[in-house]
Amino acid sequence: MRRLIVRRLAASALVLLGLTTTVFALSHATGDPRYLYISPYKKYTPGEWEAQGKELGLDKPLVVQYGLWLANALRGDFGDSVKTKQNSLDAIREKLPATLQLSGIAIAFSIIVGVPLGVLSAVNRGTVWDYLGRSFALLGQSVPTFWIALVLIWVFSVELGLLPTSRKGDWQHFVLPVAVLGWFPAAGLLRLTRSSMLEVLDSEYMKLAKAKGVSSWSVIWRHGFRNAIIAPLTYAIVMLASFLTGTVVVETVFAWPGIGRLAVTAALDTDFPLITGLALVFGAIFLLCSFAADVLYGILDPRIRYG
Amino acid sequence: MANAGSGALAAAYGAFRRWPVLPVSVILILLLAAVFAPLVAPHHPLDGDLTARTTPPVWASEGTWKYPLGTDHVGRDILSRTIYGARVSFQVAAAVLLAGVGIGTAVGLAAGYLGGVVDEILMRLVDFIFAMPFIVIALVAAVIWGPSLWLVIILLVLFTWAPFARQIRAEAIQIKSADYVALARVAGASGVRIAFRHILPGVVPTILVLASLQVGFLIITESVLSFLGVGIPPPQPSWGNIVADGRNYIATAWWITFFPGIAISLVVFSMNFFGDWLRDKLDPRLRQI
Repeated sequence: MRRLIVRRLAASALVLLGLTTTVFALSHATGDPRYLYISPYKKYTPGEWEAQGKELGLDKPLVVQYGLWLANALRGDFGDSVKTKQNSLDAIREKLPATLQLSGIAIAFSIIVGVPLGVLSAVNRGTVWDYLGRSFALLGQSVPTFWIALVLIWVFSVELGLLPTSRKGDWQHFVLPVAVLGWFPAAGLLRLTRSSMLEVLDSEYMKLAKAKGVSSWSVIWRHGFRNAIIAPLTYAIVMLASFLTGTVVVETVFAWPGIGRLAVTAALDTDFPLITGLALVFGAIFLLCSFAADVLYGILDPRIRYG
Repeated sequence: MANAGSGALAAAYGAFRRWPVLPVSVILILLLAAVFAPLVAPHHPLDGDLTARTTPPVWASEGTWKYPLGTDHVGRDILSRTIYGARVSFQVAAAVLLAGVGIGTAVGLAAGYLGGVVDEILMRLVDFIFAMPFIVIALVAAVIWGPSLWLVIILLVLFTWAPFARQIRAEAIQIKSADYVALARVAGASGVRIAFRHILPGVVPTILVLASLQVGFLIITESVLSFLGVGIPPPQPSWGNIVADGRNYIATAWWITFFPGIAISLVVFSMNFFGDWLRDKLDPRLRQI
């Protein structure tokens, strides 16, 4: 187990280093990186221009520049936002809790909805339940998040006046964003739990359990589900990437004060220091989650520990 | 009981259930509309009539047949813009698939067939791509180069080849140990010939299934980028940026948002359905995907 953890941790660190290199390379891709760090709306004196160059270490060789930039980035210093002049990390830290809160609830929602429905679909294969479950999943994977969000706002907020249209507030503000953000992962979980459960239901040990006279509840949940849940879990890593995209989209549509919306604003304002900081923070969260999923997988399925 | 009429009906229903008739027709209709957009669209997608701003769809009391699905905030025809939007979506999907499948297949074959150090390096590269958060890279790239159609295509290619490479490598390794490949080698076939003539045909079903399942994802991702303002730059209509136009008018002119979204959902739903069907038909082993 320790070997798995160490190996995955090393791989994650390497990927994060790769991400920083990519971002650094991109900042030099269009010529003088100074243009990315200064406001396009302000006139600079030659002195200020030189000073900015010194700060970025442009007078030094590229490797040293990368070292300087990396050292700053690892300390959490990505530079000040071009637009607001606020330190990028401070701006990110301010918005992070709202995102974590929304994502956490949405993930819980998708598990609570997706996994039991997947089991229900598999156990009642070919019945109305199965068709309902699969339609829910197929719709969730086909309808674009940003659109369903707007349609729900139109129906529930504008026409019916039941729920608030945007921003963060009491529990009512969570209903639409959580439902929209959670639907896509719930759909993925449902499909995977279903197919994995079908495979398990077909196995010899399930037949044995049934033949022994174990109650059907116990057969499904104790013998079947425990083995069926492993496959959906591995796929969680792949789903994570689309979940990240979902966060960005949902926060933008619902004007949610989190880092997803901050990233879009930064991109539209061409705010390079801020978007760099966000890229690394997003990257780190992403890697941390897939690392956690890997380790969890190793705990649940002893076979891969020695892979 | 059973007469001739219900027999024919049952046969039709059977065919309907066995073949993906509806999804394929939806895709074909939209594809044709996209290709012949200038002939099909009733209006120019960029010309707005300011006197006809936010006209509702034809079935509303103020609707007119001139604008069957209504107009947007500057009086442009939603139907025409949605038809032209289909063009962008299909163009992006086709270009990305062509390049992504090409690169992915080449990398997958090379890694699977050659093995060793080449395999190790290529597969670590694939792992790296899988570990990259797409949306963040897309936003950073948009800051540096500014949004454009080409940027969308390049970004999507960058992330599309990896799943193909991984899957094709796995299958190439399997096929490599088949007897007929060993025979070809004994017969003196070159490595390139073995890879392309003997292994490649074996992975074609996988390529087709993966590609058909990717189309929906590509179309959605393009529309997400365009919706966020970092994809296809306006005024060129794409389904994503039409919805973005409608966002501020959701309370007064829901049709701007509604119809392009229906188009996306229809295409993606049909494509996913078709992909599922193709997978079950050609390669049930891929059920995990």
